[in-house]
Amino acid sequence: MILAPLFFFLLLIGGPAFAGPPTSPEGFRVLDTPNDAGKSLSLVWKAAPSDSKDRTVQVWVAKSPPAAFQKVAEFPSNTRYVRTGDFPWWAQPAGKGDHYLKLPSSPAFPITDGKPYAVKLLIREGAQDVWSEAAEGVSAPNYFNTAQVNNLVFVLAFTGVLLGSIAAARRNPHVYLRRIAGLDAVEEAIGRSTEMGRPILYLTGSGGMSDVSTIAATVILGQVAKKVAHYETTLKVPHRDPIVMAVCREIVKEAYVEAGRPDAFKEDINFFITDDQFSYTAAVDGIMLREKPAANFFMGSYFAESLLLTETGASTGAIQIAGTDSDHQLPFFVTTCDYTLIGEELYAASAYLSREPVLVGTLRGQDFSKAFIMGVMVIGTALATVGVMLQTDAFNYFLDLFRDFK
Amino acid sequence: MIFLKRQLPLAITFVMGVAFALQYYIPHPVSEEAITKVSDWMKIISGFALVLGIASVFHVHAVKIRRQAPGWGYSGVLFAAIVTTMAVGFWSGGESKADGGQTAFGWLYDYTMVPLQGTMFSILAFFIASAAYRAFRARSPEASVLLVSAVVVMMGRVPLGQTLLPGMQISIGQFIFKIPGAWDITQWLMNVLNSAVRRAILIGVSMGSVGLSLKIILGKERSYLGGGKDQ
Repeated sequence: MILAPLFFFLLLIGGPAFAGPPTSPEGFRVLDTPNDAGKSLSLVWKAAPSDSKDRTVQVWVAKSPPAAFQKVAEFPSNTRYVRTGDFPWWAQPAGKGDHYLKLPSSPAFPITDGKPYAVKLLIREGAQDVWSEAAEGVSAPNYFNTAQVNNLVFVLAFTGVLLGSIAAARRNPHVYLRRIAGLDAVEEAIGRSTEMGRPILYLTGSGGMSDVSTIAATVILGQVAKKVAHYETTLKVPHRDPIVMAVCREIVKEAYVEAGRPDAFKEDINFFITDDQFSYTAAVDGIMLREKPAANFFMGSYFAESLLLTETGASTGAIQIAGTDSDHQLPFFVTTCDYTLIGEELYAASAYLSREPVLVGTLRGQDFSKAFIMGVMVIGTALATVGVMLQTDAFNYFLDLFRDFK
Repeated sequence: MIFLKRQLPLAITFVMGVAFALQYYIPHPVSEEAITKVSDWMKIISGFALVLGIASVFHVHAVKIRRQAPGWGYSGVLFAAIVTTMAVGFWSGGESKADGGQTAFGWLYDYTMVPLQGTMFSILAFFIASAAYRAFRARSPEASVLLVSAVVVMMGRVPLGQTLLPGMQISIGQFIFKIPGAWDITQWLMNVLNSAVRRAILIGVSMGSVGLSLKIILGKERSYLGGGKDQ
């Protein structure tokens, strides 16, 4: 009689000694892992207040119809919860706070798509065990990742904005472009080389043709080559990638034809050196020191070789224009080059130099998208902060729309 | 001819661009197999393209030697190095190690290529010093800010700086003021200012990159095919 209130009090405050014997997990089910390439099952069950590190969960799997069950995983019962950000709200296999376990195929227990598997859980605490009901699931590969539907919608929206901007630019070609000093200096650099009778060196970076920055560099090369052909200056384009060399050769050839100087084009303008990083750097440094180009262009993506190239170029007194999306190399370019196209300016260069309404229109489309992203960042930051302060997940319906889910 | 030079490449670019953009959203093994297969094709094409590269190297340097252009001797050294490396490579069966020991080819690589690459890379240290000297000269208010920031970051990154400027707490009445040390200021500069600027650049790069990709896929940007006026 005296101990009863004490027992009730201890039960209320909770404690391992009074958590009670393990109970069968509620809502246990097995499902095909959503948005995957198959060969995997997912297990879901409700969280229990008695979950603790001393209580373990064992996962036993069998090929059904009835075969021997095999233990494939074991972990404390207070782990493997669904947390905020694990799944978007429109593709949640389990509610927040539920237990979720992905069971991939393994050499110990291979999972084959299309075959049913029986799974049951063993909850163990000390010497006490309890089994769940066996649940059955079939693994299958998925044809569409529903968690990335937000990404697809934004890509389509961006494409729409881009096409809309191009159409608008066609109707009204007078689109304002802010000045980009580095691109304005292209003409000056080529003119200087012409006056000094020295060659122009143009590098397309370390990337292959699959790199967008290399494509941007080749596009700019076309514009530069046109001006070079017009001024009858010598152009030298050493390459690290033979495919880039072949593409650049065609671009330069077309540029010379467009400039009305097909006779001035030489196959040797574009030449291959090596694909080895430092051997290439040594060779280009050698060209800079021996031939002393009056203008050096460094466009595309770069790594450790950036400073070795630009510092050598600076020591020869050449006017240097760089453009890169390699943010880690930007400080070196800014320090050693006369002009640097930072990040997106590299991609804007072809529109800026050619002034083609179609290309200029895309820049406006990008600006609209950037304004949208900035707005989302400001609103998202505010909502996330308020959500943390109010301890609420209500804003996740908005925040998940802009989250990257795999 | 115009079909082969323009329409066909544009059609291939559009189909492959759309297919591999959609591939990102398809987790099915078929999609994975497709990208693996295309990667294999790219490796094969790169192999063939290397022949173009080697032909270019031979052509450029042969012309230099024939015309005895300034520095033609280096071209001779290049040919000698190519022939020697190929001969030794064939002799060693293309292996750098055999029977637990180093082959002649392995020796050639380890004792010529590796030191040469190391030499080039080590020059970077001196170039960083000279570039830093130019960048940190306090010629303008902006350069002065850069100089001060750089000194603080350098102090915060080395034990000496953290010892000299450790930061401290001052109590005035019931108020406690924390004076940040070199480490705290460095962390703030790197995590707040530097990260913010880097992210801004990366957002711009991403938008530009997606924009250029879309222009290429949709055939709006064609200058990579040579020329660029026929929109």
